[in-house]
Amino acid sequence: MADQNHDIALMAHLMRRAGFGAQYAELEERAAKGYDATVEELLNPEVNPHGMDLDVAERCFIEWSHQTRGVPEYFAFRMINSKCQLEEKMVLFWHGILCTADSKTQSYPTSYDEIEMFRSLGMGSFRDLLVGISRDPAMIFFLDNCLSHKGAINENYGRELLELFSMGVGMDGEFNYTEDDVKECARAFTGWTIANNLPGQPYGRYHAQFVYNPEDHDEGIKTFLGETGNFNGEDVIDIIAKQPATARFISRHLYSYFISDEAQVPSWMETPPKDMETIKMLEDEYFRSGYNIKAMLRVLFHSDAFKNARFQRVKSPVETVMGTMRLVGDWTEPKPGFEFIFDEMKHMGQELFNPPSVEGWHTGQEWIDGGTLVHRINFTADFVGNVNQPGVREIIDRLSDVGPVLSPEQMVDETCRLLGHYELAGETRQMMASSLEKGGTIHTDTQEFGNRVSELLQMIVATKEYIYA
Amino acid sequence: MTATKKDPVLVVLQMSGAFDALNTIIPYSDPLYKDYRPHLKVEPEEVLAIDDKVGFHPAMAPIKDMYDEGKVAVIQGIGYPNPIRSHFRSMDIWHTAEPTKMSTEGWLGRAIQDLDPNKENVLTAVNFGRGLPRALAAPGVSVASVGNLETYGVLTGIDGEDQRAEALDIFSRMYSPMVGNGPINDYLSQTGLDALKGADILRTAPEIYSSSIEYGGDMFSQWVKNVAQVHTAGFGTRVLYTGLNPGAFDTHANQPTSFAKLWGEVSRAVNDLYQDLKEHDANQEVVMVLFTEFGRRVQENGSGTDHGSGSVAFVLGDAVKGGLYGEYPSLEPDKLDEGDLKWNNDFRQTYATILDKWLELDDKAILQGEFEQFDFIKK
Repeated sequence: MADQNHDIALMAHLMRRAGFGAQYAELEERAAKGYDATVEELLNPEVNPHGMDLDVAERCFIEWSHQTRGVPEYFAFRMINSKCQLEEKMVLFWHGILCTADSKTQSYPTSYDEIEMFRSLGMGSFRDLLVGISRDPAMIFFLDNCLSHKGAINENYGRELLELFSMGVGMDGEFNYTEDDVKECARAFTGWTIANNLPGQPYGRYHAQFVYNPEDHDEGIKTFLGETGNFNGEDVIDIIAKQPATARFISRHLYSYFISDEAQVPSWMETPPKDMETIKMLEDEYFRSGYNIKAMLRVLFHSDAFKNARFQRVKSPVETVMGTMRLVGDWTEPKPGFEFIFDEMKHMGQELFNPPSVEGWHTGQEWIDGGTLVHRINFTADFVGNVNQPGVREIIDRLSDVGPVLSPEQMVDETCRLLGHYELAGETRQMMASSLEKGGTIHTDTQEFGNRVSELLQMIVATKEYIYA
Repeated sequence: MTATKKDPVLVVLQMSGAFDALNTIIPYSDPLYKDYRPHLKVEPEEVLAIDDKVGFHPAMAPIKDMYDEGKVAVIQGIGYPNPIRSHFRSMDIWHTAEPTKMSTEGWLGRAIQDLDPNKENVLTAVNFGRGLPRALAAPGVSVASVGNLETYGVLTGIDGEDQRAEALDIFSRMYSPMVGNGPINDYLSQTGLDALKGADILRTAPEIYSSSIEYGGDMFSQWVKNVAQVHTAGFGTRVLYTGLNPGAFDTHANQPTSFAKLWGEVSRAVNDLYQDLKEHDANQEVVMVLFTEFGRRVQENGSGTDHGSGSVAFVLGDAVKGGLYGEYPSLEPDKLDEGDLKWNNDFRQTYATILDKWLELDDKAILQGEFEQFDFIKK
């Protein structure tokens, strides 16, 4: 029993991090299959083609996948419903690093293509992903590479490729590249442009396409990070991919997203990683595997650092909202009204497709302020407090199965367990138990029991402990 | 509060979506105006004339009334360097007062740090709306953000007075810094307790408020009413922020109907707020600023207008020296900026004036630069 509990608690942790959480029944099922098998399933999304019944989603919401509205909502819907949870989690990961914002691109079809690109390349070679993002029409427009010409470069993309997408400004107190490298990088990407990027009005939205225009490509000799040649974009990416700084940058991002909140990216040059040993392990795997993200993830999920990092990350708004939906079992199929759910993430500080800047969202503590905290608590409490939600019903039924009468402590502990083995501070647990005690003996076979569970759930999701995943 | 001189208060009204400056303060006697706006033009006889050149849109009569009383400064030709025609980025620039680089700190967030350096009042700034505008964000600054004042609070979904009281009691105890651990435990505790304390105080505002003013039923008017409720309750709030929902004024199509309706609601709400404050003898310490992220294209697109640049903003209140400020941008085709009104005064000049002359703060430190001020605040 103790072993089984331990296994399920670890599985709950894995599913919160490598996915958007899971109901208890799924945790039991996965724990029975084993941790390693689950990690492999998550790492190999092709075992579940498409991850979900796309046909139903696309038939019900044709506009979700193709037209002017709904692409972000479609993305969110997949986070809730895809069997390939890690695949979607990695799409969100890259969306927060290789950032474009619809506020500028204003073309959901083009953003849709970007997300599909993350889905297909997001767990492969990082080198290939950098080529993918450099050819991504949304990115080319977002960072003005379409305005960068032979003899008249626009440095925007060249700079962010180095600063925010691959190497970072510096490492261990040293700069990773010079201003000249930025310019040479931008020169290498001249001619990488787009076609069919029409303004939405009056033409409607269409998918923009990548176009390579050799006429506009600077064929001159370039010197980039110490190497010299007639480099094109892919050559530059080859050079970037083999830099130790790139290994460090990606390792830190993976660490911060999956293990424990790191310092914000702009401070990485001066601030060393929290856990150099684990970062080193990930860096080594980056080179050993030929820049393979999946291989790095495998090392990460099997590391002690990961397994011991329970509740050391502040849940992002997307994780909060998607996790709540998966917990209560809402939005398992398309229906009208998803905008409300979607807007809640925005009010908590994270609007998909509109990161505040090309730097992405600031994470950890910065998700929380007076406004967003109240939103987060009230939103989550409203959903887990609704006894008509199938996932909540399931928790009530499982609690009833424990016995006809529960002690207050037993009820608190069992409920935390069913939420995914949350751990409350001793004082918090005691406050909840005393409060339950005031309400009299806990009979699980009464009508009123559901309401008592509902109130307890609302209190648990309001705790500081629940802010973490 | 018994102080003889009341602390100055700023109310910020954000008109999201970018209202069409050209049809807000209308250059009705310029023949070019009619040429650019064959369908959208307002006839000269309908314009609420300020002088023989410009006037208010007819739906703005309640603001025009305040203008006639000398209480409205119209900042014509307001904008920022290198205009960006994205709502999001442009609004961000207005929020952070930082047109050239991305910043996560708001100009008012920094003002709040100065207004309440020791964090003595969790309600120094209150936002009404969904989500906290970046203008109010700064490290260590707690701002109450209220969607609905009547029901604002933590754990509002818990039914029953006793149950809710019990839940809030537990909440306040479990957010004690002594409970729990983790790297940001103290910060979470402080934020949670501030939110709870703020909610506790704010909840009393509607109960102690009474007024003869009947605000409009739209969301914005209700939030403006909340502004009056919170200000008159005397919680020591210095910055009150609210606005229209994102995109409200984004009139790419069918502009005449929605534009007039919105200005009708907004103007009435602004005047209602002023009258309400007056009724409570709380008008003299309040200055309002009303802004939008950019102007719209001079040439109409048939039934609406696309994104532009140069705009107009308003500063209103008893302490305001009413009149026209800035210059009305020329409509001559070669004087336009890619078809848009060309801005001639930086929005940070207006911010600097408000910060320095009204809130009596260090405008240069907050705006991280020196900007020539206007003279629209009475001394």
